[in-house]
Amino acid sequence: MKESFQYKVFRVFNVVILLAVVYVTLFPFLNIVAQSFSSEQYITAGEVSLIPKGFNIETYKIIMSDSMFWINYKNTVVYTIVGTAISLVLSTMMAYPLAKKRLKGRNFWLMFVVFTMFFNGGIIPNYVLVNSLGFGNTIWAIVIPTAISVFNLLIMKTFFENIPDELEEAAIMDGSNTYGILVKIVLPLSKPILATMFLFYAVTHWNSWFPAFLYFSEKELFPVSIYLRNLIKGAEGSLSSGATSADNLTQIAANIKSVTMVLTVLPIVCVYPYIQKYFVSGVMLGSVKG
Amino acid sequence: MEQQLVKDVKTKVTRPNTKWQRAKKVIKKDWQLYSLLVLPVIYFVIFKYGPMFGNIIAFRRFVPGGSIIGEEWVGLTYFNMLLQDPTFFLVLKNTLVLGLLLLIVTFPAPIIFALLLNEVKNRGFKRFVQTVSYLPHFFSMVVVAGIVLELVSVNGAINNVVEFFTGNRYPFIQMPEWFRTIFLSSELWQTTGWGAILYLAALTGINDELYEAAKIDGANRWKQTLHITIPGILPTIVVLFILNIGNFLQVGFEKVLLLYNPLTYETADVISTYVYRIGIQSASFSYGTAIGLFESIIGLILVFGANFMSRKITDNSLW
Repeated sequence: MKESFQYKVFRVFNVVILLAVVYVTLFPFLNIVAQSFSSEQYITAGEVSLIPKGFNIETYKIIMSDSMFWINYKNTVVYTIVGTAISLVLSTMMAYPLAKKRLKGRNFWLMFVVFTMFFNGGIIPNYVLVNSLGFGNTIWAIVIPTAISVFNLLIMKTFFENIPDELEEAAIMDGSNTYGILVKIVLPLSKPILATMFLFYAVTHWNSWFPAFLYFSEKELFPVSIYLRNLIKGAEGSLSSGATSADNLTQIAANIKSVTMVLTVLPIVCVYPYIQKYFVSGVMLGSVKG
Repeated sequence: MEQQLVKDVKTKVTRPNTKWQRAKKVIKKDWQLYSLLVLPVIYFVIFKYGPMFGNIIAFRRFVPGGSIIGEEWVGLTYFNMLLQDPTFFLVLKNTLVLGLLLLIVTFPAPIIFALLLNEVKNRGFKRFVQTVSYLPHFFSMVVVAGIVLELVSVNGAINNVVEFFTGNRYPFIQMPEWFRTIFLSSELWQTTGWGAILYLAALTGINDELYEAAKIDGANRWKQTLHITIPGILPTIVVLFILNIGNFLQVGFEKVLLLYNPLTYETADVISTYVYRIGIQSASFSYGTAIGLFESIIGLILVFGANFMSRKITDNSLW
């Protein structure tokens, strides 16, 4: 089919616009990476854009030698693993029965779940609840209250609904019960959705900072996001003493922030190329039935 | 006679029970399915419905360390406080302005982006642009705030450009008149690419034959977009619009909390950050809850209202 002249012009402009979008999206991130490898004097002079100036990796060494950074980084790893495991198990336990149309009261439970998407208790009742349960300064404050995401639950339910019933009927003939069917038949068939959910929950837990900010007062328990937040807000003593002299510290403040940011997103950026196609297919799966 | 009696008794016993027995049979057969629901339902009751019930402290005087549902009924005292609180009206105004700007700017952006991407014929280039555009969605809010603060700092990259044109550098993050621009730009940066996914999914669902027919009728690409593409993704637009309306008042709580400072409260302070400061930092739990409840109820009304309107006007709705 022949294209009109206007459409050809549009196509050229379109590519230019999209390249501009790519540039604008990547620039802030690459700017931080460049800063993390630059020396302070060029950063304060505002001379670093995409290429490091006065190349130095001293700040990386300083951060890496800060024991609190490692403690907090390790905490993030632990919270992510435990939180993701709890989220996955609970979501599966709920999504599977809800996917069964024969389940009595299915619509009631769906309403029960979906209503929480539109109305929530609000920050203060949540705060009072979590504290009165004695979750303060424990991992439970982070991994339990946000364990199930309704959005993820609905994506999972949609996927389970599309598994043919005949497979399960065959398993019943062979004498399997519901648990057996779920573990031996349904879950092995659900690897794509389980991978997607794993990634959704893992990224959420990795990036989470607000619950820790609310419920944690002991530095040793902080996730790395709070370590970074305290650096950004200029809170005192984020870098444990002894790591570097005070003089040195003020000199490299901007540098420390960029290095910590880079180290915080590093795992995500590393796995990103491999995971993003799962994320995309996951969202699309969920959108099939709205 | 005797037989009749027996028959009567039998029907009396069995008939009212058939429904219950059928239900019992289903439950008995599927009790394992129900047993799976137990833990998640307990989770929802405690951690989702529990706090909703906890809103009762908006009507009761709560003492930190005291009863979780407060000490005594005080009626609408805290709501009267709210109506006499000038800060509340400031944060309400800020929330409405920011929410409206977000709706105007960040809601259409993914639609336009998806439409532009849809015109790209080179699959490799399309995939590259998409992959890049999702990236900011995966960054922690703390990192996003950090990046934003670095960019707009006095010696940051944006001030380099500003200096080139005006010869001056500005401390943007301390200037109330710039907060909304900074906030909107960062939302745009973080959410446009990810938001486009659903629209792209909807675009692939449009029947190609419609385009063929339009071409035969002599419609150019713009006319095709106007009359086929946009109506094709309209249901998706409506659903996401309703969801957005519901979150209208909860504008980026975490991001505002990380980006604002006392100098920018004038424009940056929104209901949720005010609730946080009143309720948790100043420990006025009951008053904070009252403000939060006000916010949630307005949000709920907006969702139901938008859903109702859209069902009337476009025949598309969430339920």
